[in-house]
Amino acid sequence: MSESASAAAVEVARRWLLPRSVLSGVLCVVAAFAIGALLIAAIGRDPVLAYLSLFEASLGSTNGLAETAIRTVPLALCGIGIALAFRAGVFNVGAEGQLFIGGVAAAWVGLQLGGQPQWLVLPAMGAAAAIAGAAWSAIAGVLKLKFRADELITTIMLNYIAIYFVGYLLHGPLQDPGSPLARTARLAAEARLPMLLEGTRLHAGLLLVVVVAIVAQVFLWRSVAGFRLRAVGHNARAAENTGMNVKAALWTGFLICGALAGLAGFSEVAGVQRRMIENLSPGFGYTAIIVALLGQTNPLGVLAAAMLFAALQIGSTTMESAAGVPSALTTVIQALVVLLLIAQNALPRLFRKRAVS
Amino acid sequence: MEFLTDPVLAGFIAASVRLSIPILLAALGGMFAEKSGVLNIGLEGMMLIGCFTGFITVHWSGNLWLGAGVAVLIGALAGLGLAFYAVTLRSNQVVVGIAFNLLMLGVSAYFFRLAFGSGTASPRITPFAPIDFGPLGEIPILGPLLFQHDPLTYLSLALVVSGWLVMQRSTIGLAIKAVGEHPEAAETLGLDPVAIRYAAVAVSGALAGLGGAFLSISATGVFLDNMTAGRGYIALAILILGRRHPFGVMVAALLFGAAEALQLRAQLLPVGIPLQFLIMLPYVLTIVVLAVSATRSGAPAALGQPYEKGER
Repeated sequence: MSESASAAAVEVARRWLLPRSVLSGVLCVVAAFAIGALLIAAIGRDPVLAYLSLFEASLGSTNGLAETAIRTVPLALCGIGIALAFRAGVFNVGAEGQLFIGGVAAAWVGLQLGGQPQWLVLPAMGAAAAIAGAAWSAIAGVLKLKFRADELITTIMLNYIAIYFVGYLLHGPLQDPGSPLARTARLAAEARLPMLLEGTRLHAGLLLVVVVAIVAQVFLWRSVAGFRLRAVGHNARAAENTGMNVKAALWTGFLICGALAGLAGFSEVAGVQRRMIENLSPGFGYTAIIVALLGQTNPLGVLAAAMLFAALQIGSTTMESAAGVPSALTTVIQALVVLLLIAQNALPRLFRKRAVS
Repeated sequence: MEFLTDPVLAGFIAASVRLSIPILLAALGGMFAEKSGVLNIGLEGMMLIGCFTGFITVHWSGNLWLGAGVAVLIGALAGLGLAFYAVTLRSNQVVVGIAFNLLMLGVSAYFFRLAFGSGTASPRITPFAPIDFGPLGEIPILGPLLFQHDPLTYLSLALVVSGWLVMQRSTIGLAIKAVGEHPEAAETLGLDPVAIRYAAVAVSGALAGLGGAFLSISATGVFLDNMTAGRGYIALAILILGRRHPFGVMVAALLFGAAEALQLRAQLLPVGIPLQFLIMLPYVLTIVVLAVSATRSGAPAALGQPYEKGER
């Protein structure tokens, strides 16, 4: 094959890759729902009723849509951070802990700056959360780059440590003096994110996540640093041989993920809870791993995947009460989506090999 | 020498052993998978599904051993599922493991709600009771260490010894190690890397399932959502600390059991350390262990790499 022909083949492949990956994602989601329907039918409940009540609750009303959008924010922020880390070859699954650390940092700064103007307080809280999250993630970075300790295990352990550490702070030094509960004092009005829609809880964190997704998309595909990130993640040795700074790319993966997960904590504290609480996240950081994979580690794809999973989560409790289907079904569907996606990516290669041999 | 017979110390030693068993079994299972070249990140989920199926079987049948058997079987099936992805589809083993863990979390919570509703009264079973060794249990140190436990604990220790026999003293172990170090070379010797890896991951699932079941049908008598709480991941760290050797793994697991027992006991005593820092102990220990003994040294050469017939 001549060189221009192979270049053309690459171009065609590139042009068709994106739509195909979107299509395959949709296909896997549909298949996962179908298996979920079988699970519902197997226990003698009505799958149609269950799914209708699920999406009616999450997408069928202004308030449902607002709740879904609120839930999208932490999932997408953590998911984009994890996706960028994955791109660099860093398996950072510590977003959950980074979110807690970011949340507590944001709340602390917000309480310290009470009475200052909003344009100062909110950015300071966001910056503190991003820095704290990145610093927490950097612990795993040091452990990997200096001690060669696998980040998969260290980040999971750091999640537990972060959550218990925050628990200590909320039972001790940061506890609201007037309350027996493990939480900080309520944030003043200037330390809260503005509301976007009258009558709902929708807050400005949604705008933050849209900006982050676009910036991340441009960074990953249009910037030199983004190219370096992908090159190192694709083949670290080859990248090193071409003179790239592999360590810098790995550090970028750790720090961006920590910063974005920290921002997710900030958004939950300043936009939803209005204080730091012990159960800030019902596992956003873990769900976000699946969100990142479903979004094919593409920031805009991750945003779309986050919306879908947010809708699933928001509707799941209504599904449980209306159709008698345990809400854990949505966890099963989420896992199935990824397992089907992995299988789908692998199967064509498998059949091609069979055909050749 | 009064401390030797101190009941607090005796209780601490017995608890250390008891708390080490789940992670010991999971790590022992992880050893089989890793020696064959497959990274089993799914240990956590396999423990959880064993924990759940063991509990529910005992709840329905009243037979503790049947519960343990079902947990082993379901764990092995989960292992085969993971092997399909890791070996046949040659997927990224870390990604598949994480997705598997999520699936098991969802499946166990789904069927638990279904079986027992979401009421506040959590169902209980009568767990395994310790075997009465009479005066042997009264021996200082050795008594609580060896003679105050239930049958499942002794089964686990027997599994460690058999794991050692299989791994170090049998041709099966040799075949597993050959496949983990150099599958191409192993195949030229007439071994089937695919079949061996499937079997090794199934065994690892069976052991992790039993380890999970230990939590529900031996240690507590209840099942809770996400009851394993990261023990499958701790087992992966123990594997590294124990150098992927059955006895090394046993000592490392005991260290973690001791950390957990210490944490539980210190909660009751006025030691002046905040509770949360005590609960962190096993997790911090895992990180310290990884940082000190990490590097992939001693790992099988082909660990985590999918194998394909006829590919060089």
